[in-house]
Amino acid sequence: MQLALVIEQLLNGLQLGVMLFLMAAGLTLIFGVMGLINLAHGSLYMVGAFACAAVAAWTGSFWLGLVASLAAAAAAGAVVELLVVRRLYGRDHLDQVLATFALILVFSEGTRWLFGSFPLYLDIPPLLSGAVSLPGGSQYPLYRLAIIGVGILVAVGLYLLISRTRLGMRIRAGESDREMIAALGVDVATLYTLVFALGAALAGLAGAMVGAIQSVQVGMGEPVLILAFVVIVIGGIGSIRGALVGALLVGVVDTLGRFLLPQLFGLFMAPSQAGLVGGALASMLIYVVMALILAFRPRGLFAGEV
Amino acid sequence: MNKLIAAAVFGLSMGVCGLAFAEPVKIGMITTTSGGGAGLGVDVRDAFQLAVKQSGNKDIEVIVEDDAQKPELAVQLADKMVQSDHVDLMTGIIWSNLAMAVVPAVTAQDIIYLSPNAGPSPLAGAQCNKNYFNVAYQNDNFHEAMGQYDNDNYKKTFILAPNYPAGKDALTGFKRYYKGELAGEVYTQLGQTDYAAEIAQIRASGADSVFFFLPGGMGIAFTKQYVQSGVNTPLTGPAFSFSQDVLPAIGDAALGVKNSASWSPDLDNAENKAFVEAFKAEFKRIPSVYAAQSYDTANLILSALAKASVKDKDAFRAALKAADFKSVRGKFKFNTNQHPIQDIYIREVVKAEDGALTNKIVSTAFTDHGDAYAEQCKM
Repeated sequence: MQLALVIEQLLNGLQLGVMLFLMAAGLTLIFGVMGLINLAHGSLYMVGAFACAAVAAWTGSFWLGLVASLAAAAAAGAVVELLVVRRLYGRDHLDQVLATFALILVFSEGTRWLFGSFPLYLDIPPLLSGAVSLPGGSQYPLYRLAIIGVGILVAVGLYLLISRTRLGMRIRAGESDREMIAALGVDVATLYTLVFALGAALAGLAGAMVGAIQSVQVGMGEPVLILAFVVIVIGGIGSIRGALVGALLVGVVDTLGRFLLPQLFGLFMAPSQAGLVGGALASMLIYVVMALILAFRPRGLFAGEV
Repeated sequence: MNKLIAAAVFGLSMGVCGLAFAEPVKIGMITTTSGGGAGLGVDVRDAFQLAVKQSGNKDIEVIVEDDAQKPELAVQLADKMVQSDHVDLMTGIIWSNLAMAVVPAVTAQDIIYLSPNAGPSPLAGAQCNKNYFNVAYQNDNFHEAMGQYDNDNYKKTFILAPNYPAGKDALTGFKRYYKGELAGEVYTQLGQTDYAAEIAQIRASGADSVFFFLPGGMGIAFTKQYVQSGVNTPLTGPAFSFSQDVLPAIGDAALGVKNSASWSPDLDNAENKAFVEAFKAEFKRIPSVYAAQSYDTANLILSALAKASVKDKDAFRAALKAADFKSVRGKFKFNTNQHPIQDIYIREVVKAEDGALTNKIVSTAFTDHGDAYAEQCKM
């Protein structure tokens, strides 16, 4: 097996992990601070992708589209928080799941009504197109390296935001004792809207960046949402650090599993049979990993930490 | 009592008038109009309704339901259509895994099912049924044509398809005609959106061509990522990977790619010209191969309705089997297993005069092509 191929696959795993982190960070933040299970997070990802595709098609600039995706997803998040989610904090998780599931349907049908059922066109900006040479003689798409870079920047930014700023202090305080910080005079309602909009903006950013390499279509958010839930369950619900570790773990395990398992079975099976069995097992692999981790750490790797 | 009299009067009038009054016909259509496969289902729905509208037949009621590409949902919808809507005919399913869940159960209840797309191999062979008509293809067909093409043009092909019935049929069909070396054979997850791991394998495999079957959003994602990855190995595939529903989203990355289908927007016959014009006028887009197959399905049903009553199953099946309709594919007839015998073409993705991407026929791969499973069908 060539080294170049392994390096490329590790980078692929890293890139998938970083993208999942952008989704999972918002999801886990919202759960940690507000105690809300937000199924509509995937819809915010879709909103980001559609905003980017629409603005990029209209202005011809991917970068304006990226800005629009952040703005649109944050705005959608804030509106949803003000209109719907705000009423759900005191309710139990089943009510939250039902209401946010309804939001998925509203977002999906609304987007279909605006843009139609056919996928939209969104391409990567010329600045980031093409591939770069890596040590070891392999090539890697520049755009995917850029996604990794953005993901690392966001992770560092979130760390600084939460550990070094006043807003971060309030978020941490909100996670440990909601009533107490309200009693201390912190405007909890505004804090919640801000956190929700921040999580939504991260999802929108992920949607826009990934939309350029996948397809921008209604329903694109739900498969990612499932993976993001796996990530935060592995990492420990509410923990940003757990989301980062969980996301990278899921990304790398999923990518390497898809690549190595068929080869492993190929050692003692016909190639097409090995492809089928290996492929089927690879698609279960992250759930097996999740089950194993939960067996030893029932509350996830970093439960109770930010 | 009143109902009884009404029924009696209705029955009498039917007896007297025979087929002079067209009887009401209910057609249940289960198709995918949401999620990553929505483009395919929307084309099937629109083309079917266009054909019904053009016929001017006011007695046909088409009940459309969205299966969201989920087998369990499709089964529920089929039960509802059979048991409470009392449909006479069913059609519409795009995906082979859904067809395998729905079709055997429906045909066993003596409902006639006409497939506008999915053609899984078991239903063409051992599990064929007198109530099952496939108007599109047997799954292997398009891939067989591409296998022949790659066999003639390349020596070391890397093949890729999703892990579900149609994906397995695809690679089986391809390998039936491709006799060269395989650089790799990979099954991906159905609905997968990131193909970086597979593209890295293609890069490392030393392949001289890639054959991939990834319909809908999967194909868009794969092609875009492939082009960005800097791998230059030529792509080939069945029409599903480069159909009209995905071309606008893929963009110029698809230009020049060869793919195989039984139909193309530029196929030269009067019915097809009229169909493409009418579809464009009605829906402001170029029809896909799914739309063409669905349009043919509707016209086949209309041709059979003109000959026989849908309540007389034997006569209606015979009328369907005659395939006495003007197909947009030029010629069309049914094999012994009620799957098509048709020509398969190699197409190329080109830019039309208005800048839109579309397909153009470059050669004919097979003439009067049936499928490999017909002899296993004991009907």
